[in-house]
Amino acid sequence: MQNCTLAQNNLACAEVSPQARATVWINAKRLSYQELNATIHEAVFGGAKVVEVENVNGQRYIGRGLNQPVEIILHGTPGNDLGCFLNGPQIIVRGNGQDCIGNTMNDGKIVVHGDAGDVLGYGMRGGKLFIRGNVGYRVGIHMKEYRRQVPVMVIGGTAGDFFGEYMAGGIIILLGLEQTDRPIAGDYLGTGMHGGVIYVRGEVDPAQLGKEVVVMSITPADEVVLDQHLSEFCRDFNLDYAAIRNKPFIKLVPTSHRPYGRLYAY
Amino acid sequence: MQGEIPRIPSGCSIVGIMDTKGRRFNGEEIIQAISVMHDRSNGLGGGFAAYGIYPEFKEHYAFHIMYEQEANRHQTEEYLKSKFMVDHAEMIPVDPQPDITDHPLLWRYFIRLKDEVQRDCKVDVADLVVEAVMHVNHRIPGAFIFSSGKNMGAFKGVGFPEDIGRFFRLEEYEGYLWTAHGRFPTNTPGWWAGAHPFVLLDWSVVHNGEISSYGINKRYLETFGYYCTLQTDTEVVTYTFDLLHRRHGLSLAEACQVMAPPFWKRIDRLNPVESRRQEELRMVYGSAMLNGPFSVIVGYSRGMLALNDRIKLRPMVCARDGHRVYMASEEAAIREVCPNPAQVWAARAGEPVIAELDEGVIL
Amino acid sequence: MNSHLPAEFIVKVDHYRCRRCKRCILNCGFSALKFENGVVAEHHKCVACHRCVTFCPEQAITVEENRLAYKANAHWSVEVRKNILKQAEQGGMLLTGSGNDKPYLSYFDRLVIDACQVTNPPIDPIREPMELRTYLGRKPDSLGNNTAWNKKIGLDTQLGPQLKLETPIIFGGMSFGAISLNAQKALARAAQACGTFMNTGEGGLHKDLYPYKNNVIVQVASGRFGVNQEYLDQAAAIEIKIGQGAKPGIGGHLPGEKVNQEVSETRMIPIGTDALSPAPHHDIYSIEDLAQLIYALKETVNYSKPVGVKISAVHNVAAIASGITRAGADFIYIDGFRGGTGAAPNVIRDHVGIPIEVAIAAVDDRLRQEGIRNQVSVIAAGGIRHSGDIAKAIALGADAVAIGTAALIAMGCRVCQKCYTGNCSWGIATQRAELVKRLDPDQAAERLINLLQAWSLELKEVLGALGINAIESLRGNRERLRGVGLDDTSLTILGVKPAGQ
Repeated sequence: MQNCTLAQNNLACAEVSPQARATVWINAKRLSYQELNATIHEAVFGGAKVVEVENVNGQRYIGRGLNQPVEIILHGTPGNDLGCFLNGPQIIVRGNGQDCIGNTMNDGKIVVHGDAGDVLGYGMRGGKLFIRGNVGYRVGIHMKEYRRQVPVMVIGGTAGDFFGEYMAGGIIILLGLEQTDRPIAGDYLGTGMHGGVIYVRGEVDPAQLGKEVVVMSITPADEVVLDQHLSEFCRDFNLDYAAIRNKPFIKLVPTSHRPYGRLYAY
Repeated sequence: MQGEIPRIPSGCSIVGIMDTKGRRFNGEEIIQAISVMHDRSNGLGGGFAAYGIYPEFKEHYAFHIMYEQEANRHQTEEYLKSKFMVDHAEMIPVDPQPDITDHPLLWRYFIRLKDEVQRDCKVDVADLVVEAVMHVNHRIPGAFIFSSGKNMGAFKGVGFPEDIGRFFRLEEYEGYLWTAHGRFPTNTPGWWAGAHPFVLLDWSVVHNGEISSYGINKRYLETFGYYCTLQTDTEVVTYTFDLLHRRHGLSLAEACQVMAPPFWKRIDRLNPVESRRQEELRMVYGSAMLNGPFSVIVGYSRGMLALNDRIKLRPMVCARDGHRVYMASEEAAIREVCPNPAQVWAARAGEPVIAELDEGVIL
Repeated sequence: MNSHLPAEFIVKVDHYRCRRCKRCILNCGFSALKFENGVVAEHHKCVACHRCVTFCPEQAITVEENRLAYKANAHWSVEVRKNILKQAEQGGMLLTGSGNDKPYLSYFDRLVIDACQVTNPPIDPIREPMELRTYLGRKPDSLGNNTAWNKKIGLDTQLGPQLKLETPIIFGGMSFGAISLNAQKALARAAQACGTFMNTGEGGLHKDLYPYKNNVIVQVASGRFGVNQEYLDQAAAIEIKIGQGAKPGIGGHLPGEKVNQEVSETRMIPIGTDALSPAPHHDIYSIEDLAQLIYALKETVNYSKPVGVKISAVHNVAAIASGITRAGADFIYIDGFRGGTGAAPNVIRDHVGIPIEVAIAAVDDRLRQEGIRNQVSVIAAGGIRHSGDIAKAIALGADAVAIGTAALIAMGCRVCQKCYTGNCSWGIATQRAELVKRLDPDQAAERLINLLQAWSLELKEVLGALGINAIESLRGNRERLRGVGLDDTSLTILGVKPAGQ
């Protein structure tokens, strides 16, 4: 299955840092995703509290199969499905992410310091996904909440079309921090949304909205929610909280939990 | 290798690298980039297109042809010689690889119009070349012209792209623009002519996704004399670019709008002039719309363009660093060969990213 | 000599439940019920239109087929014997209404549609954009600026006038005369609300429909009823009617008793005269004559609207369609042999013409072979029953479909096939004032709107399953159809592979 020419690096490249016994460094250069993920797994089960990986480039599924609150710091560009089914760890990406980050994520946190791709947080049920930069299409698609699990996604930049599509629960905050010639979100914003809430910093053209959402103004309760998550977002990215709050937010909520009741004749 | 194989849907990886100053570089880089996305293909198809590789024959059409048997070669060569001057013919040099087996006979020809035909200025050479490609691929069994542009060539076959690259000794070629493809066909074994890129004249297309509108795209193209003989959907993209841009004279941007048009909702909101133009494009070229998930990188002699389907169901990342432009299914592929590009961005649904040689660059 | 035909249906009245309100008697358009110390049925007059059954407040009425009247015989069917008896008695042709009801093979029912699994994804049609907008009219092959090439293929780069449909379904031609004004009003309102078109048929355009002119196609048929400059001006498009699926090669005959004041004004003929539509247009005896009429109409309306031609699907429909395209038509409306009618001779309706499915395939192929497919739009009609038929018709190569019978059923028609009698109890195929008023045009329009909305939703579901988000990617995409239990020749003609391949 794996290409042998890419798998020359030996598996025993995990080594414990002398400064912090709990930190393990891994060099991902030319490691296949299976080798890299096995190495991370091994390090965590060996007691590491922090795993730092250098030279990540394209390896998929990082963070898989871990239920511990371990911290995984990635330098480079992790591959698709980063933090898929994530259930506890905190993943920090010092670079850009690719597609499908936080796929069906259950708990934990993913922090991306750059941009990220399409279909982020698909079916996300819990945990937090913070992206500093811009994101692509179908981000937050089918996020949902269940009992006490309420997933939270904060995007620092802009988003592509179908943002929050099918959203069934959870909280999405879209900040649009940098001025661009593009609108903050693409077309079909919140299309099919039937649960949860999307906060947008600034305005959106009503023509961009999915037919299932309405724009509401912010209530004091919303302010509390925004304050909580944005403070954390600012801490993670070393941003000025006041500067983020200098522009008013709007709130998008679904008109109905059952928007398609009239689809069927009998 | 030929036969009534049904159309083969495929998932894939694609990448393109070009130097906007027209400086040439060898195939090593593109092999490195595509091999990062190894897991997106399954060993049943890999291929490359390279531009600027035949400077000694740059006014000739370079035909790369696959033959099942020697007899197919004789028949094809006879046909070519009846139509064109063949100034040079040779086997394409290859380096056997352990995982590359059962390859067809691989030949290349450098051809030009016969002098007496040349004098008849009414003849459009490109049309004659298209006609010849269609004739050989459609009518001569066991022969496939898989590359037919000037100063460029396609190299493709059944295998992982990195192995195909080594097989064709691409590190020995130098070009200013390279595209590559790793293939994951699902329904049938891959076959050599069915690997990407798909080339006609200097158009080359590598594609990730499946074109669900293939049935009508194919029938539409047939009315203009293009025959889809290679049993994959991607073929239609190549011919559609040729039809819309070269023959009909649409700009590349408009050709892209035909293939991945804006939604009516957006068209209705444009200013009246723009809106009318887009409406007309959709009315007239509805059958050329490519539907279903796709991302393609199209190479042509002056540049390359990336195009995604109109709801962006396939990925495409672009980057620029100095005079290099990169396009790939995954950012990792770019970073493998250019760790810190000055600019990285994701392509948008239905909006082509076009990279062309800098003004004044003469090849 | 009287044939003493037994009644076709038996009307059963449950006298225990009946409370003698006489509503059934008032409702029967065929006078099959009377009151003699209770409701009494004259069974032989009943056509099974179910009006009485529907409106009896006590549900005391049932209508049954009179099954025991004839000895079974597979060859000499009941219908055959009944028809012979009727003709032996009266010496005339048998007349019928509505579409062909014989059990011919339905190609639609032998075609199945593809769906996406894994290698390409289906698209969620409810949330994601899904486009049905369709334009009917002549289109050039190219919009580019490569004049050398355009000249070489003799391109007329003019984009002619187009009809914009928000869903690829229009209403077929049903004249005022054949159907009531209320039915026409309902069709017009629904067409307007849904962004599509109704068609006047060959009966002129009543002034009450003028407000809907942007959603009306007017017909110019051999009788030229009501055709004048004003008529042509009050329309979005003009259709020359050559033939009709239910009666290819046959003219029309609206009996004088249906030509009341309103019909007379609309058709511009005296009250009480028969309205005869000849079988041919007497100014069209060849294809160049058709071109002459097409351009006469285009000139008259200053090339401002599409001019199309309606033909019935017959054996060489492909060649005919090619000729019509070259004669300058902007659209061709092809009506298959299951198309409906207000009145047609039984023998023609049941035995003449070909199914619409093969006609679409043959026409689309031929126009493509000749490189003129873009020059004309193809509307398919003739027995379209549901959105599945529509999707298949479009995949075979139609641009849009037209529905007639289905629209009437939506308005309440029970397909009793007695349209030609003018006694329609549902107020649809009648001019009797007391019957016409039963059809509320607003309510009927709402039902038509609902039907088009429902079918459009279903079409979007089909597109979504096919992984495409615009109808133009379905049009002519026979790759996404497969045949089940069809012979090789049929598959070849349809251009469809067998299921499993």
